[in-house]
Amino acid sequence: MALPFEKPIVDLETKVREMRAYAAEQQVDLAEEIVLLEQRLERLKRETFEQLTRWQRVQVARAPGRPTALDHVAGLVEGFVELHGDRTLGDDPALVAGLGRVDGAGVVVIAQQKGRDTKENIHRNFGMAHPSGYRKAMRMMGLADRFGLAVVALIDTPGAYPGIAAEEQGQAWVIAESIRTMARLRVPAVAVVIGEGGSGGALAIGVANRVLILENAVYSVISPESCAAIRWRDASEAPRAAEALKLTAADLLEQGVVDEIVAEPLGGAHKDPAAAVAATAAAIRAALAALRGHTAEELVRARAERFRHMGRVLEASA
Amino acid sequence: MALERWFRRQRPTRGDDDATPAGLWLKCPACHAQLYRKDLVAHLHVCPECGHHERMPVAARVAMLADEGTFEAWSGRVRPVDALGFVDIEPYAERLAAVQQKADRPDAVVTGAATIEGAPVALVAMDFLFLGGSMGSVVGEEIARAAERAADEDRSLVLVAASGGARMQEGALSLMQMAKTTLALERLAARRLPYVSILTDPTTGGVTASFATLGDVILAEPGALICFAGPRVIQQTIKQDLPAGFQRAEFLLRKGMVDDVVPRAELKARVAAVIGLLRAGAPGTGT
Repeated sequence: MALPFEKPIVDLETKVREMRAYAAEQQVDLAEEIVLLEQRLERLKRETFEQLTRWQRVQVARAPGRPTALDHVAGLVEGFVELHGDRTLGDDPALVAGLGRVDGAGVVVIAQQKGRDTKENIHRNFGMAHPSGYRKAMRMMGLADRFGLAVVALIDTPGAYPGIAAEEQGQAWVIAESIRTMARLRVPAVAVVIGEGGSGGALAIGVANRVLILENAVYSVISPESCAAIRWRDASEAPRAAEALKLTAADLLEQGVVDEIVAEPLGGAHKDPAAAVAATAAAIRAALAALRGHTAEELVRARAERFRHMGRVLEASA
Repeated sequence: MALERWFRRQRPTRGDDDATPAGLWLKCPACHAQLYRKDLVAHLHVCPECGHHERMPVAARVAMLADEGTFEAWSGRVRPVDALGFVDIEPYAERLAAVQQKADRPDAVVTGAATIEGAPVALVAMDFLFLGGSMGSVVGEEIARAAERAADEDRSLVLVAASGGARMQEGALSLMQMAKTTLALERLAARRLPYVSILTDPTTGGVTASFATLGDVILAEPGALICFAGPRVIQQTIKQDLPAGFQRAEFLLRKGMVDDVVPRAELKARVAAVIGLLRAGAPGTGT
């Protein structure tokens, strides 16, 4: 299941494993050789990941084995209680929500969940929410507001689902409303792009006081494939589209779209999910701690300010 | 999100910009009737034969809504920047320069003060002919400023949406305009000033999924395509035929997503009526 550019790494990993097994089996001392090989592996990983193209980052962001939202919830939230349903249309498994505690303080979790295997992916609709999912998210924001609970939003979606029912039920309307509802939250809100931040469907739960992104996650106005299909009239130009869209964590930090990058373990979060989950949890805890003690008015104003200044324009002198 | 290619295919081949000298005769793309250009313009770009609502130049849009001689432009002082150095088959900067010259305007939106049947408004009109009416930083900024200034000057906001969605050439910065515009509307809401959103052909993607659908009252023009994901994207995803009239204004009215579908000739009066009624509440009541 290795990504194309991971092949040399995987080959070397296999070699290290084989040498270990051989040393144990034959009872020969290969410690020195193994150390050297491990150093080479470390260097290869570092060099590979320092030089990833934007398209390769997109692949890492979507890699099988990458921790999903529920993996992060398990590593962050104590006593998580999932809550279901939007009270109007149904319950959307692509968007998971519930209550829990972080560092003892109550939180509301709103999370886009991709599947960990094909079966779960089908159940979760590949993390693409319907209007019902966004309605559920807004219901949770209401709970957060009423009970003074901070909101933790985990973003991981190719986008809001483009389907007949989704359109009939007002996909655009619920996204707009969710953006507005989140903007109005009178409690702290932290959003983390953990994998794929796909367009409006991601932003719908991304209007937070602090927006974090994992090192190899991406956040974009459109998927590289769709962008390529429109701008190059050829979906196979996705690697070029990814370059043009400047959608990596470093790009977004530079653009002011995100506030902080959470470092991933060397080789990507999918190589060491536990370490990635721990690092993410620590970053979320710190972000929540920094927002504690602010009044509702301060939180609303700061969030509004954060997004009001988004974008680059040239002011003509009068 | 942006569906320019699809729209390019759909766009009738004709000069529909007052600035471009086109033939005296045009063909209605719906009923194929031969129309005298001046007649079409006099009919607000609605086919006198079949009632088909054509896309309208932004200047004509402002003229049909604002009371004569009342429109004063606010927009035009902020200019777009190629923040990403975006290049596809043509650099964004060059594409932008060409369309700016043609439109004689920095970007895809016009905002300003006006009255509509005497009611003071901030009037915003998006220009689909300018890069598909796509929303980048400038469109977001102009709309945000117009909403804020409307609130400060005690004006209602009347916004005519026509857009393929967020402008992909400005990447995530375009996406963020969805939040920025939505937040700017908060000031109007706080001052209890009406926001009437008019959805015209086409209104899609990130524009539909932000300010355009947050109107206190949402009106749509007959036949307008209004959606989040475009028909082609959906068809490619689900590999099924779409129901007749799917995502058109009348369909959305039936689904409860817009307050009414209003023919262009009646639009100004309807907007004025709605604003008047929303502002007729008893002072000191409500929240």
